Amino acid sequence: MVITQERQKVTAKDFKSEQKSTWCPGCGDFGIQSALQTALINAGIAPWQVLLVSGIGCGSKLPDYINANGYMTLHGRGTTIACGAHLANPKLVTISIGGDGDSLGMGISHAVHNMRRNMDIVQIIENNEVYGLTKGQYSPTSKRGFRTTTSPEGAIEFAVNPLAIGLAAGATFIGRGYSGEPKFTADIIQQALEHKGYALVEVLQTCPSYNKLQNTDWYKAQSYKVLEENPNYNCQDPLQAFELALKDDGRYPMGILYKNDNRPTYIEQVPAYKESQTPIIERSLKIEADFFANLKNAYV
Amino acid sequence: MTQKKRISIKIAGAQGQGAGSGGQGLSKVLKRAGYHVFGVFDFMSLIKGGHSFYQISFSDQTIHANTEKFHILLCFDPQNTEETVADIETLNEGGLFFVDDAVVLKPEITVAIEKVGAKLCPIPMIRLGTEIGGNRIMGNTVGLGAIVGSLKIPFDFLDEVVQQNFAKKSKEIAASNSAVAKAGYDYGLSNFGDSFKFEMPNAKKEKTAGNMLINGNEAIAFGSYVGGCRFVSAYPMTPGTSVFEWFTKSNSKLGVVTKHTEDEIAAICMAIGAGQVGARAMTSTSGGGFCLMVEALGLAGMTEVPVVIVNAQRGGPSTGLPTRTEQSDLLFAINASHGEFPRIVLTPGTIEQCYEAGYRAHNLAAKYQTPVIILTDLLLSEQIKDTDPNFYQLPQIELGKVVSPAELDAMEEPYLRYKFTEDGVSPRALYGHPKSVHAPATDEHDETGHITEDATNRNRMMEKRMKKHESALQDIKGPEFFGAENASLTLIIWGSTYGAVREAVEIFNEDEKNKEKINLLHYSEVWPFPLEATNAALKKVKLGVCLEQNYTSQFARLLLSEAGYNVNYKLNKYDGRQFTPEEILVEVKRVFAESLVNSTK
Repeated sequence: MVITQERQKVTAKDFKSEQKSTWCPGCGDFGIQSALQTALINAGIAPWQVLLVSGIGCGSKLPDYINANGYMTLHGRGTTIACGAHLANPKLVTISIGGDGDSLGMGISHAVHNMRRNMDIVQIIENNEVYGLTKGQYSPTSKRGFRTTTSPEGAIEFAVNPLAIGLAAGATFIGRGYSGEPKFTADIIQQALEHKGYALVEVLQTCPSYNKLQNTDWYKAQSYKVLEENPNYNCQDPLQAFELALKDDGRYPMGILYKNDNRPTYIEQVPAYKESQTPIIERSLKIEADFFANLKNAYV
Repeated sequence: MTQKKRISIKIAGAQGQGAGSGGQGLSKVLKRAGYHVFGVFDFMSLIKGGHSFYQISFSDQTIHANTEKFHILLCFDPQNTEETVADIETLNEGGLFFVDDAVVLKPEITVAIEKVGAKLCPIPMIRLGTEIGGNRIMGNTVGLGAIVGSLKIPFDFLDEVVQQNFAKKSKEIAASNSAVAKAGYDYGLSNFGDSFKFEMPNAKKEKTAGNMLINGNEAIAFGSYVGGCRFVSAYPMTPGTSVFEWFTKSNSKLGVVTKHTEDEIAAICMAIGAGQVGARAMTSTSGGGFCLMVEALGLAGMTEVPVVIVNAQRGGPSTGLPTRTEQSDLLFAINASHGEFPRIVLTPGTIEQCYEAGYRAHNLAAKYQTPVIILTDLLLSEQIKDTDPNFYQLPQIELGKVVSPAELDAMEEPYLRYKFTEDGVSPRALYGHPKSVHAPATDEHDETGHITEDATNRNRMMEKRMKKHESALQDIKGPEFFGAENASLTLIIWGSTYGAVREAVEIFNEDEKNKEKINLLHYSEVWPFPLEATNAALKKVKLGVCLEQNYTSQFARLLLSEAGYNVNYKLNKYDGRQFTPEEILVEVKRVFAESLVNSTK
């Protein structure tokens, strides 16, 4: 995001909430919350400067458990609500956060459209490849053959590929982290926060209740850091990024997969913000008499 | 009051031939020439072809609806034989039928002209358009010129409007259209200047020239803007689109953020996102789009976000009649979304009420922190009427209960977004202040906004939200009568039927043969239901007739459920066409006759 507010000195204490978490022990959401909090602290963004908009689902409860501005909304619609908030008050550092069902099932069209608009927000997708809060159904990112209550003989669909979709839709920042590596993930989120334009951050996560196979050991074996495997990887090159996103070897590349700093953001091009960057909510609602008379005259 | 003298003109053509823009232009000419004007465009859901028409009435008094019979018909599409015959049949005896002189008219058309007793007025529309303007499409302007000429209205009024309309394109185009208009005018004046046998109403230029010709959707948009609306997100859907387009067409001047979204769900969600951070936000759509918005409506209700939704109704269900009018979303608007929460539903019936509804909606949304629905319809969205510019004033902007940054600075206790209060409205602080940090949930929440399933809290929170329903009631306008006091029959109506019913009441009461008189009772705001005002009004109603453009008498059902009042008669229309004053009068006479029979039984 283009961060226009003054950076603050913040610590973990500032984000500490009295609210008791309802996540299962061992849930990947704890790691994601910690990564997000670290990213905000490192970026110098205070609880009152950020707006965490979530949908509905386990991961979407995150704003309830952190002391920061938030808005827990509707399943699948968090991103579009976040964009409305951003356009009305671009001063707020706006983050849309939700699970894989939320963001890539119901919410996929909003995600795609706001990527192509290059809306200046961060979207975090908490991806555990299963529906948790509704108790274990397969999700848009579940692997083929994944057995759940709604796919008892195994899911027969291909999983959504968020990275490839992000590239195709025009996201200007695409990163992937993992709940088991909060520090690594915090760094990606921080870079997403500092990125001008739409930043998609997928965070792989464990679900100890409904996706038992994909536990910490499994992710350790199945994932790798792009720059560790290929120090020459150029994240500015969309073709390399596509190759990585489409590589079908069953392993998850992690890190910053794509970054494009050359596209204008949506809000930069909005007529109401061309002359003044003052958020519309801070402008006077007064209408000058002459201007009002002109509006009326158009109908005479 | 003296009898209203009215002259009616119909301009018909295939879609894309310019009947709509021609009608609007002619309305302006007539208004500037000193007449009160009323116009409606009747069109089909297609881009080119088909058959559409623009109806204009002008008078020495304010007109509220078109009647069924016309004095002049300008026809651009005589190739549409069946439709043209039907149009000719709406002409009065002695009415003028203007058509291009190069067209060989089908025998059905000439027979119809004779049968009606209309006068055929062939004019060289395409020839003059091509010869003088260099373009056959300018034939339209020839036709409009011929009408103005045959009515002997000074050419200057026409010229001014033509010049103004085309000035945006270029000086040359404006000049050639002006020349074409003059040729048509001269042709109409010299060939048919003595053919128009109807008595013209008196023109009073000083009375109407400065009036505003604005349609219902423009008035809603304009009203919303002056009411502080600075964020509009929408997805195009007839007839709601033009509210949105009012903002997009000039948004750099207005300072309004507009967003054409990917669908209606995103449209309302973006508006709610903007509303949640403090913008006065709205969206506009029609019934089908409103269906998609329903879940988010509950979000706004639950998290107490001010947002305004314009639902311009059209024929339903599903795609229904996309370019036809209907009033079938009333109970849906009042009940839309699961669960229970307060909302406000405004149902303007006139252009002036559309303007008022625009700013009132934003004020009420802010004051009660809840969604406000403006329920209009195609008929109102497409109609223009000359209205007094002095009516349009800048309203008081009500921000409701807000906590300013300075108040937050001084605040010692923690800020509670959903604090329990007497009237159910919690003071609202915006995000962005160190002391206003909050994270509301669409789950049931406590005063801070945090999720809780506690039963006691649930009761208190439900009661708090629903208290706003009671509080908002004090701001809702009750119904208004028009017509005879002590009337024997009252037409009970809401929304856009006001115009036709008002004309019917005027015509009926002017007729001395009608010993018993009638009136109307119109609701421009329906929810929260104004019960006290309704009870007071209904005491004066002898024979209550509920008239609405739907099948299931939704307003009559609302009267029954909310006021325990059973109307005596229900009149319904659901063919997508507006009620006409004539139709209403037939029904009123029938009801009178039937009630007489019933009372003597």
